Amino acid sequence: MDLAESKDFLVHTASLKDVRVFSREVLEKLKINNELKDELVLAIAEAAQNIVKHAYKGVENTSDHMQIKISLKGDNLEIGFFDKGKPVVAENIQHRKLDDIKPGGLGTFFIKQIMDDAVFKKDQQQWVNHLILSKKI
Amino acid sequence: MSYKITEEGNISTVFLNGEIDMDVTEKAKEVILPLVESGKEVHLNLKDVSYMDSSGISVLIESHQKALENNTKVVVKEVSKSVLKVIMMAKLEQILNLG
Repeated sequence: MDLAESKDFLVHTASLKDVRVFSREVLEKLKINNELKDELVLAIAEAAQNIVKHAYKGVENTSDHMQIKISLKGDNLEIGFFDKGKPVVAENIQHRKLDDIKPGGLGTFFIKQIMDDAVFKKDQQQWVNHLILSKKI
Repeated sequence: MSYKITEEGNISTVFLNGEIDMDVTEKAKEVILPLVESGKEVHLNLKDVSYMDSSGISVLIESHQKALENNTKVVVKEVSKSVLKVIMMAKLEQILNLG
């Protein structure tokens, strides 16, 4: 079953719950087990959190929206994240070393653990950042 | 997220409820850290926490580290299955005191 659904969310921490609800609703339509579903929801929420936390760092209140698009073609699940925040320099994104125990820096690690690939593309004129997470399911 | 605190001797138990994400981490820290800083042993009961992301994990790490600074400890108790999975993904099950 192929599928493509997208939704816009206000760039704000209060939107993260809505992101999870939307993700879970879309993923419910796929024939995947609950464990994988939970992991995918976490990865999507972490990527959305990174937009709020990093792309909009220092921006207290914004009316900007981010868009999340979940699509499945064959067995390839792709999740696109679009935002108009500060341009992300992909080379600068690093998760902290796991043995360096301190708060923060785990979101990107979780995304890498869960997904097969995470790529920033510069293919959107109306957006600044476009992240694509993908996974064969 | 909602919470309830019970006191027994030098142990404060914080029962957290709901989902812990970036939107509520400040609230969680405001509840937990003053108890730790007062030198009490703090038990965090997570049986009713249905979701926790990296921000929530950061609260657990910060609480643990603050406890070490204050010569006390934070014990994480009755961790729900979904939260335990995230703790294990972060490879923190040996670092945090899981009671």
